[in-house]
Amino acid sequence: MIDERIAFLFFATIALAGAVNVVVRRNPVHGALWLVASFLGVAGLFLTLGAGLLAAIQVMVYAGAIMVLFLFVILLLNLEAPPFEGLSLARGASLLAAIATAALLVWPFVRDPELKHAATPQVDLPATAGNVAGLLFTKYALPFEIVSLLLLVAMVGAIHVARRPRRDEPA
Amino acid sequence: MSESPWLVLLKTAVVFGVTMTAVPALVLAERRLSAWMQYRVGPNRVGPFGSLQPLADLVKLLFKEELAPAGASPFLFAVAPAISAISALFMMAVVPLGGTLQLGGRQIRLVVADVDLGVLCVLAASSLGVYGITLGGWASNSKYSLLGGLRSSAQMISYELTLALALLGVLVLNGDAQGLGSFSLSDVIARQAATTWNVFKAPLGFLLFTTAAFAETNRLPFDLPEAEPELVGGYHTEYSSMRFGLFFLGEYAAMFAGASVIVCLFLGGWHFPFVTKAEVVGPGGALLQVAVFLAKVVAFLFFFIHVRWTLPRFRYDQLMRLGWRVMLPLSLLNLLVTGGLAAAGVL
Repeated sequence: MIDERIAFLFFATIALAGAVNVVVRRNPVHGALWLVASFLGVAGLFLTLGAGLLAAIQVMVYAGAIMVLFLFVILLLNLEAPPFEGLSLARGASLLAAIATAALLVWPFVRDPELKHAATPQVDLPATAGNVAGLLFTKYALPFEIVSLLLLVAMVGAIHVARRPRRDEPA
Repeated sequence: MSESPWLVLLKTAVVFGVTMTAVPALVLAERRLSAWMQYRVGPNRVGPFGSLQPLADLVKLLFKEELAPAGASPFLFAVAPAISAISALFMMAVVPLGGTLQLGGRQIRLVVADVDLGVLCVLAASSLGVYGITLGGWASNSKYSLLGGLRSSAQMISYELTLALALLGVLVLNGDAQGLGSFSLSDVIARQAATTWNVFKAPLGFLLFTTAAFAETNRLPFDLPEAEPELVGGYHTEYSSMRFGLFFLGEYAAMFAGASVIVCLFLGGWHFPFVTKAEVVGPGGALLQVAVFLAKVVAFLFFFIHVRWTLPRFRYDQLMRLGWRVMLPLSLLNLLVTGGLAAAGVL
C-alpha cells in the first residue's frame, strides 16, 4: 500500500513537473522534451493502476510517435526561443482561464469527500491485452467503431486541408 | 509465478553480459566480413585473427578527449548517446533466450521479464531510441548533425508504421480459440513450436518487418541519418571519445536486439524441429535451446552485415516513397490476407 503511494507520488511529480515546464520553457525543443517527460510520468501512473497495455500504448503513440513528429516540425522550422515580452492582456486572460479550469477540476473533490475513494472498475477482469481486446471487439464494439470513424473523418479532413490543389483544378 | 528479486537480477546480468559481449564480436565480424567481401585483409594485428581489435578500440575511445562544439546544449548533448544505448539494451529484457528451465523443484523462465506486453515493449523502446539520434543531432549545434537528426525522426516515423503493421500480421496468428492472444514473445514462440514458424505462414510480413528493422536500426541501405558522403557523420559528426562510443554501442546493440526479435517472431525463437521440442526442459535442454536461439541470431546477423556491404544507400525521396507508397500498402495487404486466412482457420 505504502509502495503504491510512493510510486504514485513519484510518477505524479514527473507528470506535473513536465506539464509545468512545457508552459514555462522558452526554448521550444526543451518544451517538447518536457512534454515527453510528462507523458512518461502518466505512463507510470497507468502502470501503478495495473493498466500495462495503456502504459505501453501511451509510450509508443504519444511519447514515441506524436512527439517525434512535433520535434521534427520544431527542428525543421528551426524555431528560436522568443524573448519574454512581459504580461500582456491576452496572457493575463489565459492565466485566469487556466486557474479557473484548475479550480473547476479540483472543486468537486473539495466539496464531496466521497469522491476521493477509488472508482470501482466496470469490468472485473485483469487488464491484459487479450481481455481488453475481447471487450473492445464484443461488448464495446459499437463505440469503438464510432471512434474509429471519427478518427477517419479527422484524417480525411486533415489531408484535404493540407493537400496542394492540382494545376487544372480551381483552388 | 513471481520470482525472487535475486533471480531477476541474475537474469538481467546474464542478458546484459550476452548483449555486451555480442556488440564487440559483431563489430569485429562486420569489419572482417566487409574486408573479405571487398578483397581486403581487415583488422588482423591485435590478437589472433584480430580478435582483440574491439578491445583496443574501446581503450582508444576511452582515452580520447571529449569535445563539445561551441553553442551545444550541454545536458542534451551528454544524454543523447545514453538514450540511444539504453533503449537498445532495454529491448533485450523481453526477449526469451529459451523456454522454461526445470531446476530442482523450481521452474525458471529463461527471459528477464516475461510480460504480457513483450512485443509492445520492444516497439516502445525502439520508438524512444529515435530521441537519442534526433537530440544528438540537435544539441550538437551543427548543420550536418541537425540534418542527420531530422532525417532520422522522419525515417523512424515512416518505417515504424510498417514495423507495427507487419507485427500485427504475426499477432493475428497467435490468437486462441476465442481469438484472444497476448503480446508475449514466449507465447509467440510456443505457438510456433506447436505448429510451424511464422516465416512460412506470413512470408510477406517477414520481408516487411525485416526491411523496416533495417530502417529502424539505421543500417544501410537506410543509413541516411549518418550518410557520410553528404553529412560528414550525420547526427554523430560532433561526437568524440566514449560519447561517440555509446552511439556506436547503441547501433550494434540495436542490431543484436532487432535480430533477436525477428528470430523470436518469425524464425521460431529457441525452437528447431527434431532438436528442441519441449518447452520445460532440464539444464542440458535449456543450454541446447539457448544455443539454437543464438545460432539463429548469428545467422541472421550475418545476413544483416551482408546486406550492408552489398546494397547502395537510398536517396532521401526514394526512402520516403518506398516507406509510404510501397511498404505501408503492402503491410496493410499482409494484415488483411494473414488475418483472413487465420480467421478461416487455414493458418
